[in-house]
Amino acid sequence: MREATLKVFRGTDYETGEFKTYKVPVEDGMVVLDAIHYIQKEIDPDVAVRWNCKAAKCGSCSAEVNGKPALMCKTRMDHFASDTEIQVQPLKTFPLVKDLVTNVAWNYEVNKKITPFTPAKDADWTFFQEDIERVQEFRKCIECFLCQDVCHVLRDHNRKDAFIGPRFLVRTAGLEMHPLDKANRIESLKDHGGIGFCNITKCCTEVCPEDIHITDNAIIPLKERVVDEFYDPVMMLLKKIFGKKQK
Amino acid sequence: MNQTKSALAPQKPLSTERRDIWWLEPALVAIGFGLFIIYATWRAFENNFYEIGPYLSPFYSPKIVLDWWKFSPALLILWVPAGFRATCYYYRKAYYRAYFLSPPACGVGGINALGLSQGKKYCGESTFPLVIQNIHRYMLYLAIAVLGFLWYDAILACIWQNQLRIGVGSIIFIANCLFLSAYTFGCHVFRHLVGGKLDCFSCSQTAKTQFSLWEAVTKFNEHHMFWAWVSLFSVAITDFYVRLIASHSISDLTLIGPPL
Ligand code: SF4
Ligand code: SF4
Ligand code: FES
Ligand code: FES
Repeated sequence: MREATLKVFRGTDYETGEFKTYKVPVEDGMVVLDAIHYIQKEIDPDVAVRWNCKAAKCGSCSAEVNGKPALMCKTRMDHFASDTEIQVQPLKTFPLVKDLVTNVAWNYEVNKKITPFTPAKDADWTFFQEDIERVQEFRKCIECFLCQDVCHVLRDHNRKDAFIGPRFLVRTAGLEMHPLDKANRIESLKDHGGIGFCNITKCCTEVCPEDIHITDNAIIPLKERVVDEFYDPVMMLLKKIFGKKQK
Repeated sequence: MNQTKSALAPQKPLSTERRDIWWLEPALVAIGFGLFIIYATWRAFENNFYEIGPYLSPFYSPKIVLDWWKFSPALLILWVPAGFRATCYYYRKAYYRAYFLSPPACGVGGINALGLSQGKKYCGESTFPLVIQNIHRYMLYLAIAVLGFLWYDAILACIWQNQLRIGVGSIIFIANCLFLSAYTFGCHVFRHLVGGKLDCFSCSQTAKTQFSLWEAVTKFNEHHMFWAWVSLFSVAITDFYVRLIASHSISDLTLIGPPL
């Protein structure tokens, strides 16, 4: 049976933690999460890993495999040549708890600050597929936070103080484009959400396991809505003259 | 649990655990743009071999002749397509990665946008100078006008001595305009303006029409990167072809109509 070599990060902080090498037998259809489970069962029972569904739907098993943010349960072992090491490490952008587990609580704090869905009191709840299709794409999000992890604004520049990150731009887009929503989040998107920090370099889109076109369908359309309200003098003037369009 | 103790220090520029050839894409982009910029600059300043028979090079169109302007007429117009592409959402991605290493590739340590403010806090496109990228819609309006002139040139490229004439050049001119249109009308701003800004696509007859437009633009927008490159090459090839004929290096093959 083929054997794979895994280098897994072990430790409770990056300074003292280190990579430990394991040999794992590879079976057909095996994914990286299976290999970690093998290590837990047969070699080191105290390897910490967070997971739930093993079906790429709960968003728990996010990690970095050979330097790329990925779901461990969606990364197949046969994707790697048999003579190479597979390096598995925790998400870099969030504080480490232990081994492969990070603390992603910051994301939930950010989420709370977004104005929730706000329909009119007397809303007519009939709407058509074409009105909701854009929003449905965003609703596929499984909150794996891989996009948050890879985004250089958070990862390299650590601007968690000023930028909500792609996941929450996706959520905001889903609310802003909803045909029944009446709230306006554009100003807060510019000032507190920090949408201008995103330089549309698309790494979030590259890693999203749900194939959400984060940059093209959520962020850029939102950036254009911000331009309408804050950077386009003609549009701003028209709005002044004719009044804000009812949402 | 101590939440802050192990937050990782920002990734160092160009450091990564990736093992694939992540640098290949930014390197190709840097070379591709570099070659185009060098060629276009040379041609814009050359101020020669841009017009022959029914053909006018796209670098010099529309041709603006002013008595007091002593330099190449290309300089009066090239800032429009240059500004349009420089503020395009796709090109921004490409050059932020390839030239400003912000970031060079995903999961590879980057430097601050523009590389000017390293050490200071990163602000991306939220502050000067990059906040200027928001003028892209105005560049789009101008670019559509220029595209109109290029289509006019493409029609003129099919007429010679008041007769229909199709040469290899005419085909190149028309193909170039088709590629430029696919690029221009797949613009993210265009997609927003024609319908993307609406929240409800079925709420009125106008909204329904806008929805159809938005769907059509989306088809081109999905391949915006592809059209950005194809049209970049096609403009350069069209200009180069005109230069070859105007400098009498080759002659234009006539397919239909009177010879040149
Ligand atoms: S496109 Fe924007 S949000 Fe997405 S990873 Fe890049 S900078 Fe971050
Ligand atoms: S948008 Fe995609 S990458 Fe980001 S949290 Fe949702 S599913 Fe994960
Ligand atoms: S375990 Fe649920 S997404 Fe991987
Ligand atoms: S976004 Fe590329 S041309 Fe407008």
